[in-house]
Amino acid sequence: MEMLFEEEQQQIQAISDRLQKDSNAIAVLVINKDGQEIARSGQTSDLDITSLSSLFAGNVAATGEIAKFLREEEFGGQFHEGTKQNVHISVVARRAILVVIFDGRSSLGLVRLRVRKATEEMTKIFDALVKKIAAQQAAGIGGGSQLPGEITDEDIDKLFGE
Amino acid sequence: MSFINYSAREINCKIVYYGPGLCGKTTNLKYIYEKTNPDAKGKMITLATETERTLFFDFLPLSLGEIRGFKTRFHLYTVPGQVFYDASRKLILKGVDGVVFVADSQVARFEANIESLENLRSNLQEQGYNLDKLPYVVQYNKRDMAEVSSVEELRRELNPNNVPDFEAVASTGVGVFETLKAVAKQVLTELKRGTGG
Repeated sequence: MEMLFEEEQQQIQAISDRLQKDSNAIAVLVINKDGQEIARSGQTSDLDITSLSSLFAGNVAATGEIAKFLREEEFGGQFHEGTKQNVHISVVARRAILVVIFDGRSSLGLVRLRVRKATEEMTKIFDALVKKIAAQQAAGIGGGSQLPGEITDEDIDKLFGE
Repeated sequence: MSFINYSAREINCKIVYYGPGLCGKTTNLKYIYEKTNPDAKGKMITLATETERTLFFDFLPLSLGEIRGFKTRFHLYTVPGQVFYDASRKLILKGVDGVVFVADSQVARFEANIESLENLRSNLQEQGYNLDKLPYVVQYNKRDMAEVSSVEELRRELNPNNVPDFEAVASTGVGVFETLKAVAKQVLTELKRGTGG
């Protein structure tokens, strides 16, 4: 099970916000490798984040697998060039995907530069998070204290509107 | 892998619909999509060939409301059923929390079901999962077709461990939500165990 706590989410959010501003990007998304959102910054209100996250995750998974078939360890990043917008995709700490959407107000060089810095910072947070979860699980806390105790049939039926 | 986001107070789970080509995996998702309240669903994504065969995956995000303050979100995926898309199937299984095996009840597809189930087992194993320990349900689809195997026969081959199983006609919705509910329930129960709740 993967967990994200408020403290680390806020730290990642802050780095994401800074990256979006420093790179003059339209938007920045941070998602986990299974395609679930961790943070978003910039102009995201008109984006379907759930759909995009799933597609970026599928894309990164497929590219990673292509790398294996070509006996490459991994491809560091991907760049998609559009007529109005461009997308830079990279993997952070082998567990998250960093997406930067930008247009002519920025450049690939600037985005790469800022992504490198943000990646270093985020890697530290993700590494610390992994240790935190491991420590909690070892201590038997499991992060479960805030989760529903007994999930009943009724709870689940209620979810399905019955 | 289920993802608990304490910051957004969300529980995210991934369910994969598996089965042989043309068994009705996409049809299951389409029916769920059509019958779900607009507030509770996102866009359904289909990465398909020009002949509407699944190329990579279908994706349907569902928000099913809250369990004690946590938004419960299920991401439903299908795999491409055609044999030669095995590399893609493996990718979709990454991080899976629950599996629905959709069997095609037609006599002519009996062997294809068995082959697909073996493929599911070995692909899961490659990633360190054991099907017998995962939330898992079986659906016998296409019960409305002319020449179908009996449920007993299908059960004997495809469900020896007696996991929850359902007869279905996905095109008209028979058994579709029953299947989804059964797997969702198992996933949530497993989640509770995993967090010591």
